[in-house]
Formats: sequence, structure tokens, C-alpha cells
Amino acid sequence: MRIDRRKFLQIAGLSGIGLGLSAADGLFKGKALASGAHSLPSSGTRLAFVIDVNKIEGEDGYRRIIEACHKIHNVPNIPNTKHEVKWIWTDSYEHSFPDQPNEFLPEKIKEKPFLLLCNHCDKPPCVRVCPTKATFKNPDGIVVQDPHRCIGCRFCMAACPYGSRSFNWVDPRNYLDMKNINPDFPTRTMGVVEKCTLCPERLARGLEPACAEASNGAIVFGNLADPESEVRKILNTHYTLRRKPEIGTQPSIFYVIGGGENAG
Amino acid sequence: MYNGSKIIIGLIIFLAIATFPFYSNIGKSAGVPMPDTNTPVINGLDKKECVASAEYMKKEHMKVLDEWRDEVVREGKRDVINVGGRVFEKSLQNGCMQCHSNKSRFCDECHSYAGVKPYCWDCHHFKEGRI
Repeated sequence: MRIDRRKFLQIAGLSGIGLGLSAADGLFKGKALASGAHSLPSSGTRLAFVIDVNKIEGEDGYRRIIEACHKIHNVPNIPNTKHEVKWIWTDSYEHSFPDQPNEFLPEKIKEKPFLLLCNHCDKPPCVRVCPTKATFKNPDGIVVQDPHRCIGCRFCMAACPYGSRSFNWVDPRNYLDMKNINPDFPTRTMGVVEKCTLCPERLARGLEPACAEASNGAIVFGNLADPESEVRKILNTHYTLRRKPEIGTQPSIFYVIGGGENAG
Repeated sequence: MYNGSKIIIGLIIFLAIATFPFYSNIGKSAGVPMPDTNTPVINGLDKKECVASAEYMKKEHMKVLDEWRDEVVREGKRDVINVGGRVFEKSLQNGCMQCHSNKSRFCDECHSYAGVKPYCWDCHHFKEGRI
């Protein structure tokens, strides 16, 4: 069969349009992924916390929870904020939920500290950037940080949208009371990144994470993938907020804001 | 040779200093490391049995620790090791050191001799004679 110049150009043009359309189809799929339209857990377990901010009683309540975690995990208290190491801490509504500004928030919420910790995201950006796979997502949905493999490059700290990771700029042992540390848990060393571990060593013994245990029921821990779990029951009946959901990281920490006289 | 005597005296002094470590140690043997298992927990055992034979552990303990670390931290396999009814956690701090509570006489004995400085202890802390 002979193809003249006109015929050839027609076929080439049509093929070009076809290729372009198939590529565009891929783009649309990509967009759907990023929008987080699918939020069902991919595996059988996805551990999560629901924090009812109104059930934490005052300064003492927060301090008790933070100290429970930091004591058990030998987290040093470094006064220099450039060197500080934190696993669980508090910040204002404005800083915690910068994507949901509201100048007419009730004073109570505006001034309330919010408990912040690693969100153990379903799509963790820190895991994507780690060059040594020191940080990875385990089958239970925990974002694990393996200090043995960490080279201290701090890519994960740049990637984490929640500031959940701390770098050991100085030897943490200089800021720990080495006589009274938890003998069953290691410290970290200078030059590695650390963060909330979601207490796998406690879960293995059938205990709740330390913060949930110390919270008097303000922090509920459970499996999002199980529709009968307590966390799912609370999520079904309460409106909850997550930090920066628009990024598509699918955080696993939910905040019940309502409460008080507006409790639903 | 100009200033020959000074040069020769200088050479003799140099050689004496440079070879000092050799002749000062002639006839002395370096102490062979003797890891010590004399701890209250081990002495209290009827049957002194570790997770593997002493021979194997001498050669391969670092690999054992490496495997435990990967299993526990990365794979979440926190099952314990049962040796004749005695349960061991797969952990340096909460396993090994529970019996071998004498780091300086057990671990450091060979590590110092071999000139190795394992950085396990940078994070895994241990208080001598804790148990």
C-alpha cells in the first residue's frame, strides 16, 4: 500500500491526538489521588488517635500527658529552643490549624493549647524523602523512625508539614537526669532525628500508648480500619479536625473541637 | 661528613625513641581478654545457658544483635526467645544486659583488646551493676 504525503500527515496527526488524550487521562487520575478522595485504610490496621481537646483539664492535664511520654522515652528537656527535642507538645489553634483561620472563634478555643504529635500519616511525606529508609511505614500504620539507620540528613524534617521531628544537635544525655531515666528505653545520640514512636514496645505488651493512658480518656487510641473500634465510633458521631488535610497526607490524629455545652 | 658526631648522636636518640614501644614490650604478653560472666543473675542460674552456645556467641554476637534489631525495629517481631523455660527479650538493653550486668568486665574486655568501639552504647545506656 502506498501512502501519499497527505495521508501520512493525517495518520500522524490523529496518533498525536490519541497519545495526548491518554497522557491527559493519567493526569486526571493523578489529580484524583492527590485530592485524597479515597481515604479508606489500605491494610487491616491503621492506628490512630482521637483527641478531645475539651476533656484535657487545664495546664496540669497537658503537662501530665507530655511528661508521661517524655519520661518514658527519655526525651531530654533542652531549654535552647533551637536544640529542643519534642515528641508531644502544645501550640495555639492558629498555629495548629493555619488553613482554617477564623477570627470569630470562641475565646475558649482561641486560647486553648492543642496537643500536637506525629500524625502517623497514611501518606507520610517524611517516608518518601528519607534516603536510607530509616523512616518507613509499618503494616499497623505507624510511621517508624529507625535511629540505627538515620544519617541525620534532616530531609524528613523539611518534608514533615507538622514539625513533628526533632534533630539531636547536642548529646541528649547532657540534658537528661541519667540517674533517673527509664532504664528500659534507650536515649538517642547526637546527629539523629527522633519523633513520637506510637509506643510499639507498650502495644506489644497490650498497653495503650503512654499519652493515651495519662490522658484520663481525653485521648482515645484505636484502629481506624475497624468500623467497630472506639475511634471510629467517635468519628461517626463528632465533627473532627485534622491538621492541614489539604496537603493530602491523611493524618491519623483527629481533634474533637466541639465539646462543652455544644457537645454533639 | 660535616658534623658527623652530632648526626650520629641524633640518629641514635631518634632510633631509641622510635623503637621504644618494641623493646619495652619484649617478653611481655598482652593480657588475653577474659570476658567475665560472674554476675548475680548468672551465678543464681541452675543451668547457665544463653540464647546460643558460648562459642557461637563469641564469634557471632554482633550478627545476632543486628538480626534482633532489624526484626524488632523494622519488622515488629517482638516475640521472645525461650531457652529451656527461660525467656529472653530480643534486646541488648532488656535482653543481654539483664544477665550480663557487668559491661566493663564482659563487653569492654574484648572490645578494648580488639580496639573496636561499638556505638551501641551511644543510645543504649547501661548502669554498671544495675541488677
